[in-house]
Amino acid sequence: MIEIEKELEKDRIIIRIIGEVDASSSIRLDQELSEAIENNNKKILVDCEKLEYISSAGLGVFMSYIQVIEKKEVKFVLYNLSDKVQNVFEILGLDQLLPISSTKEEALQIVNEG
Amino acid sequence: MKDSLTVGCTRTILRSVRSFASDALYKIGMSEMDVNMLVLAVDEVCSNLIIHSHSCNPERHITLEIRTDDDGIFFDIMDEGKLFNFMNYEEPTLDQLVQDQRKGGMGIILVKRIMDSIEFFREDNRNVIRLYKKFSNKSEANS
Repeated sequence: MIEIEKELEKDRIIIRIIGEVDASSSIRLDQELSEAIENNNKKILVDCEKLEYISSAGLGVFMSYIQVIEKKEVKFVLYNLSDKVQNVFEILGLDQLLPISSTKEEALQIVNEG
Repeated sequence: MKDSLTVGCTRTILRSVRSFASDALYKIGMSEMDVNMLVLAVDEVCSNLIIHSHSCNPERHITLEIRTDDDGIFFDIMDEGKLFNFMNYEEPTLDQLVQDQRKGGMGIILVKRIMDSIEFFREDNRNVIRLYKKFSNKSEANS
């Protein structure tokens, strides 16, 4: 139901989510994020251009890493969300807890800050 | 309009539930944004039933019935067994969820924020969870 593509670009990793993240497929996203953090990537960009749908199971995966990301000082950003996917983050106010950018350029600025 | 779908309780069936619901909603002229939100609410309720009430047992079934009246749209999600009333569930705050590094707990909050009303009752020996959403414009109702 989802495909994940990973790309190592200089000092950062780009995780591209393709498809629909729900209670059945969220485990895959969880594994990939967990691996990216455990491998000590300090800049993680999540490309959501081809993320067609996300339910609370997927949102929960992102939420569950907020503390770890802070503790490990990982720069983390989601970008290229479609309006309908962004709306789901906004219904819960998760857009206030997770950095979301509209373009890759903006996302790169965020991870390259500081 | 009245459509109905019965499925076995597996996580992978959620995709079919969503596509059934979105087909019905696009048919009555809803926007992509509204369709996505309502489908999400239905998905959250079905996921909860499939996982928590029926432990992903494909021999158990849930039925989704979608129908409209002049003012809005009803989603009846029906199953047999113990009634799962998630309105009794204490809503965690986002801070609590972040603190506890919990992955679950947000589905029900989403359903409550998206829908105009949520009812739980028993009818014909089945549990019914009825979600209701008023139309945001009249053209949907007339189609």
